Amino acid sequence: MNSERWVLPEGVGEILPPQARALEQARRSVVDLFERWGYDLVIPSMIEYLDSLLIGTGTDLDIQTFKLTDQLTGKMMGVRADMTPQVARIDAHRLCRDEPVRLCYLGTVLRTRPEGLDGSRSPMQLGAELYGHGGAQSDVEILQLMIETLRTLGISQEIHVDLGHVGIFRALVSHAGCNESQEKELFDALQRKARAEIQSLIEGMPGDARIKEMIAALMDLNGGADVLKQARTVLRGAPNAVIEALDNLEEIATLLSKAVGALPIYFDLAELRGYQYQTGVVFAAYVPGHGQEVARGGRYDNIGQVFGRARPATGFSADLKTLMTLAAKPVPPLGGIFVPASDDAAQLAEVRRLRDAGERVVCALPGQSGDAKSMVCDRILVKSGTAWVVKAIAP
Amino acid sequence: MTAAPITIALSKGRIYKDALPLLRHAGIEPVDDPETSRKLILDTNRKEVKFVIVRASDVPTYVQHGGADIGVAGKDVLMEHGGADLYEPLDLKIARCRLMVAGRRGSGGGAARTDGKRVRVATKYVNSTRHYFARQGAQVEIIKLYGSMELAPLVGMADCIVDLVDTGNTLKANGLEPLEHIADISSRLIVNKAAMKMKHETVKQLIDLIAQAVK
Repeated sequence: MNSERWVLPEGVGEILPPQARALEQARRSVVDLFERWGYDLVIPSMIEYLDSLLIGTGTDLDIQTFKLTDQLTGKMMGVRADMTPQVARIDAHRLCRDEPVRLCYLGTVLRTRPEGLDGSRSPMQLGAELYGHGGAQSDVEILQLMIETLRTLGISQEIHVDLGHVGIFRALVSHAGCNESQEKELFDALQRKARAEIQSLIEGMPGDARIKEMIAALMDLNGGADVLKQARTVLRGAPNAVIEALDNLEEIATLLSKAVGALPIYFDLAELRGYQYQTGVVFAAYVPGHGQEVARGGRYDNIGQVFGRARPATGFSADLKTLMTLAAKPVPPLGGIFVPASDDAAQLAEVRRLRDAGERVVCALPGQSGDAKSMVCDRILVKSGTAWVVKAIAP
Repeated sequence: MTAAPITIALSKGRIYKDALPLLRHAGIEPVDDPETSRKLILDTNRKEVKFVIVRASDVPTYVQHGGADIGVAGKDVLMEHGGADLYEPLDLKIARCRLMVAGRRGSGGGAARTDGKRVRVATKYVNSTRHYFARQGAQVEIIKLYGSMELAPLVGMADCIVDLVDTGNTLKANGLEPLEHIADISSRLIVNKAAMKMKHETVKQLIDLIAQAVK
């Protein structure tokens, strides 16, 4: 049994050198990027009461959250599984500003269920949220920033953007008068594009035959730019909210193409990612060679209402660790200067000078094993007369 | 047609045999025969299309993680897998059978046990079985087996079984009979979400061609 004592819980990892250094550099570059775009960093708490952590977010996040009892109050606490609701609360309750607020965050979250190919339960979530503006321009800014984040991290593959809008399905089912369980089953079948199931569910539903036809048609409304044109024909006569959603999608796609140039945009009107709290456009980024989305986001207006203030909101998030596996950016070699053990004051002064100049300096310990190379250094400090000078070592 | 590379996951046996005519209609024919070849990746007449041969129950896993772009999987396997993170746009109407509760002749319904003890069910479809009996309001004990489920009631290990039934001959030969119908099963075309989005022209064309051939 002792031989397995070192095993970490499933989906929980530790990161060693040199990967940890690469991850930290990536983390800094993302925070710097967000700052250049005017997004202020917030650091939400690792754990908080469930009442506020899960409110308005739906059952998926509830299942994903590790829970424990606060011994001080007897209340249930949850370890954050998604930082977005925390940041929304910060905007609604702590900042209380009327102008647009741009916030970003980056930190480890914990999930009860493993996700993705690497089965991680402790992703390093990064994200940016824009509050206080309800127009397409703020969604486009977030989309641009999502693409820029992937580029900054060294993802050079073509980025595919997937656009959908939860307002279309929501308006159609409410117009058809489905009950909650019918809506849930239909949602589930639509997420799997399971044609046979969608058809049999539609048959058993109440409501206008024309609206039901439109719901069934959503499953085939996916593809390139011509999908929106096709949708305007298929969904003619649909409730106003549906037409507005199509206009919104078209505006976002046009503005995005203008902002970032040609990039493959895929529309999918049956894509309802985050349906439980999203209210408008939903999007994701895909890159070739990776079988799952690499970043996701969308509009989630008024989530802050439960904390006192309803505000338009849009944002994106991604797992930094997943993005790192896709990045082709080589980590620059560490390098450094190895200093022999000595109590010479001139050497001490030189070491301090080198470190102040940004050099990595490793001081030998008396009697230690290993040389400059094994300490990952490419230079050594040697005495030349009374002065100490840096010399390259033979590779 | 843009020739985006496509990998199709298939399992040997009935599904493979029945899926071939549908794929042929879409202009795809294998160069090797998986029954005689030991290769796991098979070339086809089209350079950009490959088959990967995996176990039936592994097909959804390969497609979900992008190990294959497209696959053919039985609805029984999909129900057991959960089907999340996958598209299943087409019922291929091949390899049809039924998922059923079966028990000894004359033993009554699956959950019909009057002595108050929990009914024991032997199956390899653990999730589907739990879900089915929960919907019936029955608390059952599930025994996971990998094959020859029919044996379990005969040796007193289980009260009934949940298994695929085609002709019912195996049940009959072992003194069992089908008791309750759980679901009609047929094979589905499943598609990886990222492949659907990034290679939609190729994938959609393939789905349309296969759909034409489905009876």
